[in-house]
Amino acid sequence: MTFQERPLDRDASSVGAAGGRDTVPTPTSNSVAVHLNGLRRRFGGVQALDNLDLEMAPGELIALLGPSGCGKTTALRVLAGLEDADSGRVLVGGKDITELPANRRDMGMVFQAYSLFPHLTALQNVEFGLGLRRVRSAQRRERAGAMLDLVGIGTHADRYPHQLSGGQQQRVALARALAIQPQVLLLDEPLSALDAKVRVQLRDEIRRIQLEVGTTTLFVTHDQEEALAVADRVGVMRAGRLEQLGPPDEVYQRPSTAFVADFVGLSNRLPGTVSGDRVEVLGTALPLVPGAASGIGSGAVNALVRPEAVDLAVDPDGRGRVLAASFLGPTSRVSVAMPDETMVVAQVASALLPELAPGTAVRIELRPVPVVVEAA
Amino acid sequence: MTTVAHQPDAAPVDQHRDPVPASAKWRAGWRRGRQLTGVVPFFAFIVVFLVIPTLVVAVGAFGSNDGRPTLDNLSALGDGYIVDAFVRSILLSAVTAVIGAILGALLAYALVTAKPDGILRRLVTSACGVLAQFGGVMLAFAFIATIGLSGFVTLFLKDQLGIDLYSGGVWLFDLPGLMLVYTYFQIPLMVIVFLPALDGIRPQWREATESLGGSTWQYWRRVAMPLLAPAFLGSTLLLFANAFSAYATAAALVSQGSPIVPLQIRSALTSEVVLGQQNLGKAMALGMVVVVAVVMWLYAYLQKRTSRWLG
Ligand SMILES: Nc1ncnc2c1ncn2[C@@H]1O[C@H](COP(=O)(O)OP(=O)(O)O)[C@@H](O)[C@H]1O
Ligand SMILES: [Mg+2]
Repeated sequence: MTFQERPLDRDASSVGAAGGRDTVPTPTSNSVAVHLNGLRRRFGGVQALDNLDLEMAPGELIALLGPSGCGKTTALRVLAGLEDADSGRVLVGGKDITELPANRRDMGMVFQAYSLFPHLTALQNVEFGLGLRRVRSAQRRERAGAMLDLVGIGTHADRYPHQLSGGQQQRVALARALAIQPQVLLLDEPLSALDAKVRVQLRDEIRRIQLEVGTTTLFVTHDQEEALAVADRVGVMRAGRLEQLGPPDEVYQRPSTAFVADFVGLSNRLPGTVSGDRVEVLGTALPLVPGAASGIGSGAVNALVRPEAVDLAVDPDGRGRVLAASFLGPTSRVSVAMPDETMVVAQVASALLPELAPGTAVRIELRPVPVVVEAA
Repeated sequence: MTTVAHQPDAAPVDQHRDPVPASAKWRAGWRRGRQLTGVVPFFAFIVVFLVIPTLVVAVGAFGSNDGRPTLDNLSALGDGYIVDAFVRSILLSAVTAVIGAILGALLAYALVTAKPDGILRRLVTSACGVLAQFGGVMLAFAFIATIGLSGFVTLFLKDQLGIDLYSGGVWLFDLPGLMLVYTYFQIPLMVIVFLPALDGIRPQWREATESLGGSTWQYWRRVAMPLLAPAFLGSTLLLFANAFSAYATAAALVSQGSPIVPLQIRSALTSEVVLGQQNLGKAMALGMVVVVAVVMWLYAYLQKRTSRWLG
């Protein structure tokens, strides 16, 4: 890491490249890099942030995930100082920076698109922040060059933004944000203007670079696959507050609310009956995610069941009938109609597809993985 | 477009050497011609109002009254009173272009900070559209009626406040007056031509500068001004050309003397005292064409740079 010449007096450096997936940093009171505390922000009639709390550990990458308009961008902009909160505090490295203007917060920011200065070359764009910090020209050039190499675009240093593709522009924007060795890296849907293939490629590379430099990072996206792929922890947002915050597998496998189960991945909504800590669905008693039925009590509910928790078997006596199948590569999704007109989507190995022509009678079995329920 | 000869409705192809019969060729030409009919008015306009006058001016500038080629007209452009007129024309255009550009740019900036589809912005842009064209007799009359020798503002200031606008001479009908009146249509023109460049400035650039540690001043100094400079200079040139070639306003305002080139040309073309000066007028017009051509070439160059950045 030749570009980190400046001595870093932040705890972020102590975690550094070690903050990978295997050593997920968990926030403890004295190792919190970023603390958003009770943020509220109202725009006219819209409560964009509604008592948002979030703690980020040093070196951690948190993905804020949620539908459009749920307040992700507002949260990120309040952290960056580009937007003021109506109430609540922002702390970085234990210091309260709520009143600090954006240009003194030391945050690297990557926008959705078109954020490079169009009159400057890629190299000059990356040098820009260093120039503002009065870094000497030779040193500036060297560090900017190293950053461009890091994001894999060193050979395009002399190109202007309009001579670069969208993906290349985002790489330069990332290099520009990292060149100032920010305390926090903020990315607001940095991939959503790119086409699918570039998106996946750049997504993985952003993660690689983030692990390499070890900067605490907030990554805003509405794409659940993206969030699950890059993050140490995923924060699912809804209407200005955090609905669930946890490692990707936890958010996916043990969604704490129906909203999360619905928004992250695909879920069947199947009628069931709650009794105790179980819910009976299609003749199978499934365990409930702890706390999932609180406030609902017992009785008729809808259980949210993942397609991959549904097993299909061809059975002439089965009560289900195959409606349709869609091929997704190694696996496929098959929709099955039950006698009571409930529709169940199952994920099956694509090798089984030939046996599952529409109209085929099938038997359905649910795997006993914990599910969440919502009032019917 | 597919080739007409292969279309089923084309005339039957005869078996001789030419696979496309004359009738089909004619039809092809006719169709192609029809596609071009849309632009005919445009070209006709260019020919009638630009090409022909320029040719007439250029040919006339090099001809004597009896039609022989001569350089006399061009060398007469060096006469003191014509040089003076050019100097005053250029001064008038430059001063009103710079003042108009600065004030117009400030007004345009105020507009972009307002809501883009808000009532204020729509109102001011439409007003500018009208005012930028509000030259000629009407504008001159408006000034005469307000701050002319017996305009109501002049009289009010004199009678009520004891201020005499004309204590230093009848400036309204000379160069200072022209500058004031021209500025009146230069500012709205600047608003119209500069607004698109300001709209091209993305808010991300300011926010990126801020997050990289830049102050507002650094943003203007290092980002906004370099980006807007070509558009600003280009617009100033356009304003220069606009003032330089304006005639009607000056003609309506100035009835004695000919301080600027367009009025000199008028007197050369209409003089009853000295006959046969038409070709001198054409030589002056050619001089104006050259000045405007240089200015517009610079304008086009700057415009190209701007559109690459702010498109
Ligand atoms: N500057 C603003 N003025 C008015 N409303 C805004 C502004 N910024 C955001 N909002 C509103 O706040 C809500 C949250 O916006 P945002 O944070 O951009 O959501 P997200 O990034 O999750 O899509 C939306 O309803 C949006 O319309
Ligand atoms: Mg957003």
